[in-house]
Amino acid sequence: MNAPEKLPKVKTGYIGTSEPRPNAKRLLQGRGAYVDDLRFPRLAHVVYFRSPYAHAKLKKLDLSKARAQPGVIATVDGRALAEVCTPWVGVLAHLKGIKSPPQHAIAIERACWQGEAMAAIVAETRAQAEDALGHVEAEWEELPVVTDMEAALRGDHVIHPELGDNICFRRELNAGEVDAAFANAHVVVEETYDFGRHTGVCLETRSILADYNAAEHSLTVYQATQAPHMMQDIFSRHLGIPEASVRVICKDVGGSYGIKVHVYPDEMATAALSVMLRRPVKFVADRLESFLTDIHAREHRAKVRLAVSREGDILAFELDDLTGIGPYSVYPRTSGIEGNQVVNLVGGPYKHQHYRAQMNVVFTNKNVTCQYRAVGHPIAVALTEAIVDLAAAKLKMDPAEFRRRNLIADDAYPYSFPSGLKFEQLSHHKTLDRLLELMNYKDLRAEQQALRKKGVYRGIGLAAMIEVTNPSPAFYGVGGARISAQDGATIRLEPTGMVTVMASVTEQGQGTEGIFAQIAATAVGVSMDKVRVITGDTGTTPYGGGTWASRGAGIGGEAVLQAGKALRANILDVAAAMLNEDKSKLDVAGNAIVSKTTGEEKLPLAEVGRVGYFRPDTLPMKFQSEFTVTRHYTPREYPFTFTNGMQASLIEVDPETGFVKLLKHWCVEDCGTVINPMLVDEQIRGGIVQGIGAALWEHCLYDDNGQLLNGNLADYLVPMSGELPDIVVAHVSTPTRTSELGAKGVGEAGTAGAPAAVMNAINDALAPLNARVPAQPCTPERVLRALGKV
Amino acid sequence: MSQAPATEIETTFVLNGTRVTRRVPARQHLVDFLREEMGLTGSHTACEHGVCGACTLRVDDEIVRGCLMLAVQANGRKVDTIEGLSDSGELAALQSAFHERNALQCGFCTPGMLLAALDLVKYRPDATREQIREHLAGNYCRCTGYHAIVDAIEAVLEARREGAKR
Repeated sequence: MNAPEKLPKVKTGYIGTSEPRPNAKRLLQGRGAYVDDLRFPRLAHVVYFRSPYAHAKLKKLDLSKARAQPGVIATVDGRALAEVCTPWVGVLAHLKGIKSPPQHAIAIERACWQGEAMAAIVAETRAQAEDALGHVEAEWEELPVVTDMEAALRGDHVIHPELGDNICFRRELNAGEVDAAFANAHVVVEETYDFGRHTGVCLETRSILADYNAAEHSLTVYQATQAPHMMQDIFSRHLGIPEASVRVICKDVGGSYGIKVHVYPDEMATAALSVMLRRPVKFVADRLESFLTDIHAREHRAKVRLAVSREGDILAFELDDLTGIGPYSVYPRTSGIEGNQVVNLVGGPYKHQHYRAQMNVVFTNKNVTCQYRAVGHPIAVALTEAIVDLAAAKLKMDPAEFRRRNLIADDAYPYSFPSGLKFEQLSHHKTLDRLLELMNYKDLRAEQQALRKKGVYRGIGLAAMIEVTNPSPAFYGVGGARISAQDGATIRLEPTGMVTVMASVTEQGQGTEGIFAQIAATAVGVSMDKVRVITGDTGTTPYGGGTWASRGAGIGGEAVLQAGKALRANILDVAAAMLNEDKSKLDVAGNAIVSKTTGEEKLPLAEVGRVGYFRPDTLPMKFQSEFTVTRHYTPREYPFTFTNGMQASLIEVDPETGFVKLLKHWCVEDCGTVINPMLVDEQIRGGIVQGIGAALWEHCLYDDNGQLLNGNLADYLVPMSGELPDIVVAHVSTPTRTSELGAKGVGEAGTAGAPAAVMNAINDALAPLNARVPAQPCTPERVLRALGKV
Repeated sequence: MSQAPATEIETTFVLNGTRVTRRVPARQHLVDFLREEMGLTGSHTACEHGVCGACTLRVDDEIVRGCLMLAVQANGRKVDTIEGLSDSGELAALQSAFHERNALQCGFCTPGMLLAALDLVKYRPDATREQIREHLAGNYCRCTGYHAIVDAIEAVLEARREGAKR
């Protein structure tokens, strides 16, 4: 028993079981603590005076009357705020050539989109601040507005003259012999697709409460954010407060989906105002402000070409993508990542080796866009899957069979894709088989044919997808962003035998704390009710990246697992000393020290805790118990741990009204180890519903003057329960070998694939009517136009 | 918003079973009054114009939008919030079903969703799955796919029907 200690593999325990989330109970009783629920003495409330124009010079700004209104504490313009908060530039070194101008927390004398904050009004109550807003006097000179992406690319008007043109970022990729492949193709298909802007619509709007302590020159920020440590670094650097004196606390967060992982000017201004006024200041966006200033996403126009052989083998893909991002690249993740992902991912599930892409990211005078759930994937998957369907139709092949012929084989891994991506192990064929079986594909096709004869137009849409999860430092760190690629967990045995976990991944409702309790309980050998999990506090948790890019379970979960295993080993050291037995003969199970061979209980864990903490005098002289352990995890072997999946949509189009009725949706996903099937399934469903929203309803509509036309929840259509179908979710499980836990990410898969499946289903339904809608959202108007009825 | 905010009106109502009297600004919405003056932060505001249902309250046994009703309109009435209905146990079966099926993620819509569900359980105990979906159409959830919420409510309705048979 003198072999070097190797920690044993943990038993499955709670991993793979549908445990209800312990932290859901307080939310079910309305006892959550979202930022706007917090109560502070001397709390001041800030509202922002926002530009009514998409592009205009602020010739005169008179805040004196607003300042004189009841309850007003301060009025602050961009210049005054800039003395406290330095500007930022949203670029990253690994996106070669990306450019963006400096952006201030409050704009100085020029507004570049409708809704940009131009002044702050701070008052004792929010109602007083809003009342005072009506007394701001401003004179504007309108400037030329660039809303169309193609006009932006041409540079008719350059929004930031100092940059020379409106091109934020360009990328070209040329892999293999694309021209030769197209020249030799039996079939070439080509189509241009339009994707509208939409946004995350977190029910809890962006919220921040900043509390500056002048005596300590310290700042505590309560914020609805996904990345507390990133924000700690940013507050520190832009406000000139030592990092260790900035604490970011993230209690309950009312949905984020990528919306709450960015730096927002009005939130930075709120923190700066707390410093200026030396008192706590709160900003909670209202819904109109959310639509004007929460990052928007997508907005692409992309042409795709596909070369296919006579037998139906995909030979080559070609892509030309144009995307408009508003007037600034968003800090610190940049607005170049979305387009970059589209280039990376188009064609991703298929085994062709020739691929050419070009992509332009252009500035416009609309709200900024940035990373929202599934970043680039919904576009890439929709482009790929739509053109694949078009090719299959041209060859008169069944779309499922065409995919089966072209999907990368399940035994071909590790595999390198022409864009340079590396796949560890995917399961396209297994997921396709499982999906077709689940949905009774053949029967559905037969039913579809029969119904067509009766004038009922149903469509079946398939979408294969790959998804970036568990990102390594290759995502942001290599580009110079101070965003942690690793995450950590501290785990502590309490004297009573309870276990406390402090983790750097945050909880946004997806169940982080629940699955970490499952993993910790399993790794240590206790029941789940003995575990408490703390997240969302830079003052108490290990340093880490937080929640984004489907990384919480895969990265944070592995850190918890390793910390739990180490704690278990340390507990056994103490128990062995107490019992004077060989450690290797002991184990922790069911909240007790047990015999490894017989399972007989030797000591309750509470007794180990009691002795370790209160009676260490009874332990051997040189023995020191260690009941607190920290472990970190960073994925290193692959830049990303890819997952894959397959979705299907069944819809019915009414050719008279253009309405699309969703009948059913299926998703088979491979996220490796499934820690909690119930949580995973509903997270996938939630993602699918956001993808369905993008495909059918959600659209931030701007007019030519850059005015948002539907910035409220009545006019912007969010999916509601009545129009959604039941969604069937199933899994193929290929655990990643890069970690012991084997978990890959799953949070974005639904959103990545659903728009493609729905768009393909609609076009399948319209095929006998010789109509196609290569656009999202696919509104009744677009359907009727395609049918030539309007 | 620019009218004089000074007008305050004395308002008395029964809040979660207890009589309260306050001078209330005439323009203040009921949900804002409950959150800001009474510290009952379980009811949320998300759209502030009656679309999303996050502020759903119960007034005299009917569910209402707390963002569309003024606090002074509650005068002489009975107001119940998520906090009161949790403490009284009236929501217990739904809360337990939601918990068991993970019919919530971020929880922001959940109090309103539960009150809407309770209304259904009370007034439409025979609701089908489709009718449950229809009834919830005024309550937005951005995290789940609604599927688990419908499952949870369906389970409560079924349990009631089973109980009634015995």
